[in-house]
Amino acid sequence: MTRKQRRLTMIGGSLAVLGIAAALVLNALQDSIVFFSTPVMVAEKHIPPGRRFRLGGLVEKGSLVRGADLAVSFKVGDGSVTLPVSYKGILPDLFREGQGVVAEGALDTSGVFRADTVLAKHDETYMPKDVADALKKQGHWKDDYGAKAETEPGASQTAQGASQGVRE
Amino acid sequence: MIAEAGHYALVLALGLALIQSTVPIFGARWHDPALMNVARSTALAQMVFALGSFAALVTLHVTSDFSVVNVFENSHSLKPMIYKITGVWGNHEGSMLLWVSILALFGGLVAAFGNNLPLSLRAHVLAVQAWIASAFYLFILITSNPFLRIANPPIEGRDLNPVLQDIGLAVHPPMLYLGYVGFSISFSFAVAALIEGRIDAAWARWVRPWTLLAWIFLTLGIAMGSYWAYYELGWGGWWFWDPVENASLMPWLAGTALLHSAVVMEKRNALKVWTILLSILTFSLSLLGTFLVRSGVLTSVHAFATDPERGVFILLILCVFIGGSLSLYAWRASALKQGGLFAPISREGALVLNNLFLTTACATVFVGTLYPLALEVLTGDKISVGAPFFNLTFAPLFVPLLIAMPFGPLLAWKRGDLLGAAQRLFAAGIVALVTVAVIWAWTRGGSALAPLAIGLAVFVIAGALVDLTERIGLFRVPVAVVARRARGLPRSAWGTVFAHAGIGVALIGIVCETTWNSEYIGTMKPGDVTHVAGYELKLDRIMQRQGPNFREMVVPFDVSRDGRQLSTMTPSKRSFTTRETTTTESALLTRGVSQLYISLGETTADGAITVRIYHKPMVLLIWFGPVLMAFGGMMSLSDRRLRVGAPKPARAPRALQPAE
Repeated sequence: MTRKQRRLTMIGGSLAVLGIAAALVLNALQDSIVFFSTPVMVAEKHIPPGRRFRLGGLVEKGSLVRGADLAVSFKVGDGSVTLPVSYKGILPDLFREGQGVVAEGALDTSGVFRADTVLAKHDETYMPKDVADALKKQGHWKDDYGAKAETEPGASQTAQGASQGVRE
Repeated sequence: MIAEAGHYALVLALGLALIQSTVPIFGARWHDPALMNVARSTALAQMVFALGSFAALVTLHVTSDFSVVNVFENSHSLKPMIYKITGVWGNHEGSMLLWVSILALFGGLVAAFGNNLPLSLRAHVLAVQAWIASAFYLFILITSNPFLRIANPPIEGRDLNPVLQDIGLAVHPPMLYLGYVGFSISFSFAVAALIEGRIDAAWARWVRPWTLLAWIFLTLGIAMGSYWAYYELGWGGWWFWDPVENASLMPWLAGTALLHSAVVMEKRNALKVWTILLSILTFSLSLLGTFLVRSGVLTSVHAFATDPERGVFILLILCVFIGGSLSLYAWRASALKQGGLFAPISREGALVLNNLFLTTACATVFVGTLYPLALEVLTGDKISVGAPFFNLTFAPLFVPLLIAMPFGPLLAWKRGDLLGAAQRLFAAGIVALVTVAVIWAWTRGGSALAPLAIGLAVFVIAGALVDLTERIGLFRVPVAVVARRARGLPRSAWGTVFAHAGIGVALIGIVCETTWNSEYIGTMKPGDVTHVAGYELKLDRIMQRQGPNFREMVVPFDVSRDGRQLSTMTPSKRSFTTRETTTTESALLTRGVSQLYISLGETTADGAITVRIYHKPMVLLIWFGPVLMAFGGMMSLSDRRLRVGAPKPARAPRALQPAE
């Protein structure tokens, strides 16, 4: 084999692997990604039943109902619209009424969101980033949530008060 | 006082880093040994000041000095001592200080042990190291100073996030950072080689131990993080393809590729330009990991730091270093001489294949991690890319890699004999096929994928053993000769065997855990009994207990099998009053390499409690594999030729002084 042939073999082989990888990635991106929506977006976009998506919003106060055998139902809202959610299983430690939540699943024909995963993905300010962004966009943002991030040395006590207010 | 001293030490370290990043460069330009040697002393002094600064922060946390914001926000006087110390890096500021301290430590080590490096190369390496250090000192001092004071000091602190009050946190981030930051050495060497326009096999010999060291730490760090998530988060999952995990996986993949290409460069003086590029990419991915985690751009369980100003600063550092080094590469790479011819079927060829698959796999992880971010920036759509994506892309790329892996060490350099290698692997292939058949028969026609995957893992392990038996001549020559050969075998060869077998071991664990794990989720009352995977679990009672800075509900379970009492498992749920949060402490019972896992949910109105019980077969192998890999790395690191050091120009031996 000449030097040129060797080089061509290597380049050809590399391109083949990269091509396969690109095909795999494009294929996977089509099938396996999940979009994020808030209740308002669900109402506006008319997402068909059975299509998987992630629902984010605040758990409505007083909406949590525990049924038999680990079944729970609650309502997720974003200020204007609420969407009923049903779930079977153990809720995460950080799940609370009045606080942010992200659930993954699909709508059923009666318009109830059947979640198979409930995530309490958030930082110490108790707000999932997706939810915070969506609420900010719609103007339902409580300024308190951001208070802790801008803690100044002198202002930390008030900030603590503010973030505790959030937790109540 | 201590806070101010720590702050001052950090400023001094910055000053030293600025000197270290300029003076040696001029020294190298003007061929002035005195100026070049400045690099050594400044690197050592910078190490002292950076570590001093870190020690100051540790002292502040240990003494619970709540007049410092960082301590107030992350500590509590009742917190156990160990978590007072680990809490230092359980927050943004402290972890960045740990990052630069490790960077300064590595710089100091190069300065201390790099006496056999050519003077100009050492000067350049340390200067590049100081560029990185300066950028991060500035970042800390401007945006994330851990030594800021509070005007009116409070009496009590806000406590560390309870999820982070765990022994796993004590070890995981420092390990990970030792890995991330360790790759800065190979980066500095690569950039120095580009600046000098000269690179040879000796260069690879200097770089390889540092890369190996970083790789060992990163391997252990990732494994430890995974185990921590497994037992602390209470979901029984050990890898979530979470962006933060991917951020550590990407440098690992690139670093693994770098290790292998550095071997080709060291032995055969080939793949030089590629090795340089990989060094740059590996550290760039480490920087990217730091950016993803520290800037809070991600939605993630780990991202506990959020501040856009910091994000922009790190993004700037990222752009300058990655963009700068890649431009330098584009400009200077052609100046480096190509060398070392080899046939496609050869050891070199196999290592190229390894590099090809590892970097491609790394690229798919990169796409899966950054595509959601890019899409959100461009269109505003929010998507999540989870396990299904990576199962469809990452896994198919790893299968050919694993099939090819046993062949590599059996091929000769320059021109290998594929047929010969295949014949020697015949036994390994048979063992793998028998395993597939036995497991398939045993699980009575369940999923065909799991037996095949285990067969592949067995092939990888058996292949590594075949390599070993071939080298020491087991079954062919007398035992005494075998023993002598085994002793004489370079430790790097032993390292290869262990590291490759480790991959197979981890794969067995992964497949068994995901395929045959069984779970029970339900509500139980005291006295209730449930059965999981042949084990009988009886909920004994529910009791309350007071811990140092939390209250906990402890629920002992009696575990028995075939009527024989085995043990008592005590999962608990802790409420931390200071942060008004609860954490679930799962209970683990190890049986061989399998585990029973109990974690608690909430209590219901009628006094029952929801529980999750898993049986996870072979689960410990998932982490035992990486430990084996790291052990292989350590074997290789202790190899004689690396201990002895890189070849150096012959020096006239100092003549013995004649006795009077």
